[in-house]
Amino acid sequence: MADIKIGAYVCKGCGLGERLNTAQLITVAQREGKAQVVREHEFLCSGAGVSMIRQDIEKEGVNHVVIAACSRRAKTEAFGFDNVAISRANLREGVIWVQPDTEEAKEVTQEMAADYVRMGCAEVTKMQAPQTNPSHGNNKRILIVGGGISGMTSAIEAAKAGYEVLLVEKTGALGGWVAKLHKRIPSHEPYADPMETGVPGLGRQIEADKRIKVYLNSTVSRTSGAPGQFSVDISKESGGTSTENIGSIIMASGFELYDVNKLPELGGGKSPDVVDQAGLEKLARAANGAPIKRPSDGKEIKSVVFVQCAGQRDPSGKHLAYCSGHCCNTSIKQAMYFKDSNPNVDTMVIYTDLRTPGNGEDFYRSAQRKGVTFIKGTVSEVVPGAELQVKFKDLILNDDAVAKADLVVLATGMVANSGVDIDAAEGAPNIQGQGAGSEAKTVSILNLTYRQGKDLPLLKHGFNDSHFICFPYETRRTGIYSCGPVRRPMDAQQAIEDATGAALKAIQAAENAALGRAAHPRSGDLSFPTFRREGCTQCKRCTVECPFGAIDEDEQRYPQFNESRCRRCGTCMGACPVRVISFENYSVDTVGYQLKSVDMPDQFSEKPRILVLACENDAYPALDMAAMNKIQYSAFARVIPVRCLGSVNTIWINDALTSGYDGVVLMGCQKGENYQCHFVKGSEIAQTRMSKIDDTLKGMSLEVERVRTCEVAITDIQRAPKIINEMAETIQKIGLSPMKF
Amino acid sequence: MSELNKVMVEKYRNDFLKEVEANVEEGNWVKMCMQCGVCSGSCPFGPYWEHPPQELFMMIRAGKREEVLASESMWMCTSCYNCIVRCPRELPITHIMHGLANYAHRLGIAPKMNPTRRFAKLFWENIIKGGRVNELKLSIGLYFMDGFSNGVKKGLEMLPVGLGMFKTGRLNPFGLLSGGKCKGAGDIHKMLKKAKEIENRRKGFAP
Ligand code: SF4
Ligand code: SF4
Ligand code: SF4
Repeated sequence: MADIKIGAYVCKGCGLGERLNTAQLITVAQREGKAQVVREHEFLCSGAGVSMIRQDIEKEGVNHVVIAACSRRAKTEAFGFDNVAISRANLREGVIWVQPDTEEAKEVTQEMAADYVRMGCAEVTKMQAPQTNPSHGNNKRILIVGGGISGMTSAIEAAKAGYEVLLVEKTGALGGWVAKLHKRIPSHEPYADPMETGVPGLGRQIEADKRIKVYLNSTVSRTSGAPGQFSVDISKESGGTSTENIGSIIMASGFELYDVNKLPELGGGKSPDVVDQAGLEKLARAANGAPIKRPSDGKEIKSVVFVQCAGQRDPSGKHLAYCSGHCCNTSIKQAMYFKDSNPNVDTMVIYTDLRTPGNGEDFYRSAQRKGVTFIKGTVSEVVPGAELQVKFKDLILNDDAVAKADLVVLATGMVANSGVDIDAAEGAPNIQGQGAGSEAKTVSILNLTYRQGKDLPLLKHGFNDSHFICFPYETRRTGIYSCGPVRRPMDAQQAIEDATGAALKAIQAAENAALGRAAHPRSGDLSFPTFRREGCTQCKRCTVECPFGAIDEDEQRYPQFNESRCRRCGTCMGACPVRVISFENYSVDTVGYQLKSVDMPDQFSEKPRILVLACENDAYPALDMAAMNKIQYSAFARVIPVRCLGSVNTIWINDALTSGYDGVVLMGCQKGENYQCHFVKGSEIAQTRMSKIDDTLKGMSLEVERVRTCEVAITDIQRAPKIINEMAETIQKIGLSPMKF
Repeated sequence: MSELNKVMVEKYRNDFLKEVEANVEEGNWVKMCMQCGVCSGSCPFGPYWEHPPQELFMMIRAGKREEVLASESMWMCTSCYNCIVRCPRELPITHIMHGLANYAHRLGIAPKMNPTRRFAKLFWENIIKGGRVNELKLSIGLYFMDGFSNGVKKGLEMLPVGLGMFKTGRLNPFGLLSGGKCKGAGDIHKMLKKAKEIENRRKGFAP
């Protein structure tokens, strides 16, 4: 890399000039950082400052830039130079804002700043300006799997935005469950009465739109490739397959109802007059506004009992453990079917907690006004007979009671139609949905040719893994988005909103892919991982650990990176035991050289050094915000942002310890079921790797307390600095590391 | 069973909620309760009621006619209005409590010895007589509610208070004799009679 020309720029604005000896920093950059061009500026982010740097790039041939100013999270526009490698030495949030402005603190503050300048120069030496992913495709067509209300909405929304859509539906008609409803839960003011489903209208819209192509009686029999260049086989039931090129995919495969036959104690399967909610919709459609008749003898129904949470929210593990969210509103709606045609029909809803999300509270009130009786209780048994007996415990009156009814409706739950559980151990019983519709569970929806499995990874209870709050439609397969009840239980209105969101995400993914850029959360990133084939031992760790299934295996059993499927988290880089995976601007060396460039005081200096590897998504911003709030932390800390804790290669910890650091702190996002990790599994994988670090430490005769891994949220503004200070205290207690030279 | 009670049982069969809706003041609100329990939690007497308001409403919906109407519970209400202010469903709970008490009394199912009921009755009879409360008669009536010896005991207990009131002109001992009627007492009687007629007609009670 003979043609590296480093330019280092030290800013004197924002109080940096007053607090630090910038002249000394310039010397450090020049002498130790080997920067060929060095300059100070009163306000580096001003027009004048920026054009000074730009001039050097254009005229002096500077191609590696070190900005010694504020945090890399600040002024990204001003310092966003194209085609050069950029490193940021965080002197503002990382130094002067977290150190006291006192005479005594001056020395350590200056040392801290000088180290960050050294680190910036060291990092940039090992960086290359990222080139765009060379193997990107630019197909922007959107495939939607599932033609229910979610899929239909996604199709219409994507087409409205100008994108070509392929809508695949396994049955002979669009509309899914919603098309089978008599009416829908109302979605607008005054939320008082059931409303039309709207499916026929959507159907007409789709029919009229030339951009949408519908495949009925069809399934997806193979999906390969990557965003911007998926190749998908669509197979017709009657035979015949067409192969299509696709930009991105929306999975809207919906749900199945929990099998009512699994609830014999509630009369499921024991009497034709015990139906599930879908069964009642059928009766209501048959009656079409006239009095509803019961299945067994066609008698007009005079009394009906709705049993909420039938086989749901079940703590015993026998049935569904969760709440399906829509069923209280659905029962309210169905009770109105009766009341609206004849107010004298006795309608009773037995619930444990009436949960009416959205504006359901108004809907609930409307039902009460119409005379629907609501009873807080738990049903223990439904006794079949000409007149059904519902035995329940009234939880308010603490009474055992019996209600008699002509018809009983069981509010059973939704079981995600999410394909095969790729994480389930082979041969293990399929626990998702506790076996509901178990046949469906062995049939793949997407038939991905990915090494990690045929379908999308699941989070729990058989629903697709997609973060509820932070990034709802993202799945762990780049360019494939999930919406509707396949990702979490929901009603039609929520599914419509979901589908709209997913359509936008799918468009974004296809557009990003066509530009060779990463998708969320490093949206726009041009770097991508490469590996040095000669060094690879084919251990397969990267292929297994990639949270996004981006890495397949080639014919020679080497990892095959699908750049467009990659999210640039670096988990593969952290996993690789022979360290052959790297990005142009992020590698084992960019971090390794940084941490080794720090000026290490000797064992008798009483100046320990703490290495902090902080996740750039949460922990690093938390530290920046702590700085904005002037919350101070130890001047002995040296913080390096990492893309994800998953990208931390244990060699960094080894290197840090052998080069004399007294403590190492790893800060990542929350892992587990309620994960906050932006790369889903990165933080978890890192913590598993780090669980073995104690042995390494013991092998080096070092105290295990010297390395600490913790979960830090973006809101941990007080806690993150505290963790650093605690490490400083620990070191004071156990003494400096003997590994200094 | 009173005649009226028989009629009502016959009319509503097992639909006590409907009966309450039609006959109890503000009874049409009962169905709107969502069983949150805020009223029972807010009532200063909550812990002492056998069936606090939330429970009464549930019992009405569960058709527990006898238990509700014969209950002492709603007679406990002191009209503090805490519950009304707090009910998220805006039920006029206080009024319903009095409505229930009144209905039970009218049907003759209300507990005979309930002190609130007896005092209310005493008060009502006292006030309609002259169109104005005769305080002396009312207090004496109250003291002797639980028998003669109790009355004497209470009267003696209260004697100093009574004397004090007398001295400051707050108590007219001749009230016992004069009756202290207002001018148009007869007209008031007519008005009340008419009001009763109207109520009976509206609620379908036998005259
Ligand atoms: S682990 Fe991360 S960086 Fe590596 S291939 Fe997978 S997504 Fe890309
Ligand atoms: S008004 Fe009556 S029922 Fe309501 S809180 Fe007061 S005493 Fe209790
Ligand atoms: S506060 Fe209102 S809604 Fe809640 S239990 Fe009492 S009456 Fe019912």
